[in-house]
Amino acid sequence: MCFAEKCLLNEIIRKSIVVDNIIIIAVIALGGLGLVSAVILFFVAKKFKVFEDPKIDEVEEALPSANCGGCGYPGCRAFAEAAVKAAKENHSLEGLNCPVGGNEVMQTVGQLLGIEVEQQEPLIAVVRCNGSYANSPGKVKYEGVSSCAFTHALFTGEGGCQYGCLGHGDCVDACDFDAIHMNPETGLPVVNDKCTACGACVEACPRDIIELRKKGPKDRRIFVSCVNKEKGGPAKKNCAVACIGCGKCEKVCKFDAITITSFLAYIDFNKCTLCRKCVEVCPTDAIWEVNFKPRKPKPLEPEGSVARKTVVAKPADAEKVKSAEEKPKPEDKH
Amino acid sequence: MGVLKTFVLGGVHPEENKLSSNVPIEALPVPEQAIVPLGQNLGAPSKPVVSKGDKVKTGQLIAEAGGFISANIHSPVSGTVLKIDNVVDMTGFRRPGIVIKTEGDEWDESIDRSDDLITEVDYSAEEIIEKIKQAGIVGMGGATFPTYVKLMPPPGKKADHVIINGVECEPYLTSDHRLMLEKGQEIIIGTKILMKALKVAQAIIGIESNKPDAINHLTELTKNEENIKVVPLKVKYPQGGEKQLIKAVLNREVPSGKLPIEVGCVVQNVGTTFAVYEAVQKNKPLFERVVTVTGKSVKKPSNFLARIGTPISKLVDAAEGLPDDTGKIIGGGPMMGKALPSLDVPVVKGASGILLMREQESHRKPESPCIRCSKCTNVCPMGLEPFLLAKASKIGKYDIAENEKVMDCIECGSCQYICPASIPLLDYLRLGKNKVGNIIRNRKKK
Repeated sequence: MCFAEKCLLNEIIRKSIVVDNIIIIAVIALGGLGLVSAVILFFVAKKFKVFEDPKIDEVEEALPSANCGGCGYPGCRAFAEAAVKAAKENHSLEGLNCPVGGNEVMQTVGQLLGIEVEQQEPLIAVVRCNGSYANSPGKVKYEGVSSCAFTHALFTGEGGCQYGCLGHGDCVDACDFDAIHMNPETGLPVVNDKCTACGACVEACPRDIIELRKKGPKDRRIFVSCVNKEKGGPAKKNCAVACIGCGKCEKVCKFDAITITSFLAYIDFNKCTLCRKCVEVCPTDAIWEVNFKPRKPKPLEPEGSVARKTVVAKPADAEKVKSAEEKPKPEDKH
Repeated sequence: MGVLKTFVLGGVHPEENKLSSNVPIEALPVPEQAIVPLGQNLGAPSKPVVSKGDKVKTGQLIAEAGGFISANIHSPVSGTVLKIDNVVDMTGFRRPGIVIKTEGDEWDESIDRSDDLITEVDYSAEEIIEKIKQAGIVGMGGATFPTYVKLMPPPGKKADHVIINGVECEPYLTSDHRLMLEKGQEIIIGTKILMKALKVAQAIIGIESNKPDAINHLTELTKNEENIKVVPLKVKYPQGGEKQLIKAVLNREVPSGKLPIEVGCVVQNVGTTFAVYEAVQKNKPLFERVVTVTGKSVKKPSNFLARIGTPISKLVDAAEGLPDDTGKIIGGGPMMGKALPSLDVPVVKGASGILLMREQESHRKPESPCIRCSKCTNVCPMGLEPFLLAKASKIGKYDIAENEKVMDCIECGSCQYICPASIPLLDYLRLGKNKVGNIIRNRKKK
């Protein structure tokens, strides 16, 4: 017994010594390795040091971190780098604008970089189509994939207008800010005030219907809500509120803000003074005024012209639309 | 006959429904007004050479090719040019076109209107290609690729086989079938012309075995021709695709992203071959074609020889009217055709048929989730994975779609046909092809 106990004891002592040795060797080896690596890394870091302007971090901090790409750079970091570089080289931030942050953020960025930043007019996405279910009734029925990009290549759209909104909501999918939604009653997208004018929806729309326009004072805007480049007849056939290129608005505008190219009026928002004369003369109600106070009944002709519009133009359209609707209608591939 | 040849990968066999295969081709009266869209071919649209008020004769050049891959267009009627304006084309889009008001039917003097068969080919290869180019011939199977471009192989490439595509694998359509039966001799001469133009010694006419009369007729006609072989093929869709047909008749595989010339083949449709005969031997440009009007409820399914520019409503009227239960009008066959938005659209060079689908057949089934049954992968004739490509296209991962060769898709629709979950795979694939195509083009620009 005694012998056996002694043996066991010896065994344990021997083993523990071996274990101790292993631990010590490991500590020394790894410690040494670490030390050598640290020395190498220290010198490597010294040798290959990349200087990064600390201002980039500061600018990035000031940005909204939405990483939406609205500025044209892949994310806020890239924008910050570009801003710091531009400030250093050109001493200006021209061409650089964070649409999401707006003037406030750009002011902060300017302060950080010690540069005066020009005030930019805030922009907003504007949907330039009013081909709702009522204005441009469906002539065919589509059953395929719900994607504007696909249907744009396939056919004109249910209403028959080859320039108009397809209503499948590629713009809604593209929006990172919850700022654009489909209105189920009209089948058209509606932009709300969360819009930061990042331009994602403009990119997503295969028909270039959405445009970034000036937000305007008190959110008041006037724009042509149509992008149809057809002559009056075919345009009107598909949509009751299409721009027919009659030129009345161009004549009435005193500020040369309206131009007509290929039967389509376009209002330059930099020249427009929001006088609303064009809205009154438009025979098809294609020009929209947004967020204005309702007109007072007293002023000279506007009242009369509005009344004329509703009395004459509308029923004729309705009839036209009806006759178009009666034609054979099937649609969609197998 | 033994085992019939066919392609290896995938394929489906939809109900054939060749309702009009016994109906002889009937020439349709000249329309009162011809609407000729300028973009009838793949590639650049043509440029008009006439102006409003001009008098034109049937067969006179009215628009010339607008680029290398483009084709001439000739007046299908004689009369006065009413306007050069936007006209509704097959997709419902309004695009530039020429509208001609018909006055009589006076043909251009250079056209040989007799029925005599001219068997001798007296022209050199260059002359033939020039004639085909002048006649504005495009692939009449539906792809509308200018034929003369196919006849000029790029430097360093040499064709050794001309393959005449008489497969007509699309259900319902019978225009090529009737053409082979009624214009067999012309097609054989057309084949010889194509062989001469390409300086090749061998030609193969591929016909699916559901057209035994056409196979027998052409075999009989080529009895004494050593170089022209008629090959009966097993019925399988999409055998009419160039790459599938080459695989079926010659067991050669066209590499991904390459043209058939890579394996020494040039494939031409029988309709095109007939047009080539007429252009070279009779000086007749392409201004009319055979169009099948068919459908289960159509009273008189027919094959019409119609002038380009004839409104489709005229064809439907000639087939005894639009059935009451029509749910969908398709330009082309049921597998690859596109629905037409109205009956006002004109017949174009690539229009092989008008299919009037019944209301109950025309609707899609509701889509359900993919259970990875892999039926689409099994039927894909290009060896792609449609479910994966569709998913990638759906969620916008176009880089995956590109790596998985979405551009190799021939849009045959077999995957969507077979899918038990009724997923619109082809729609997504077309979307993916469209997007990836744009990405590749932009990359090349840079």
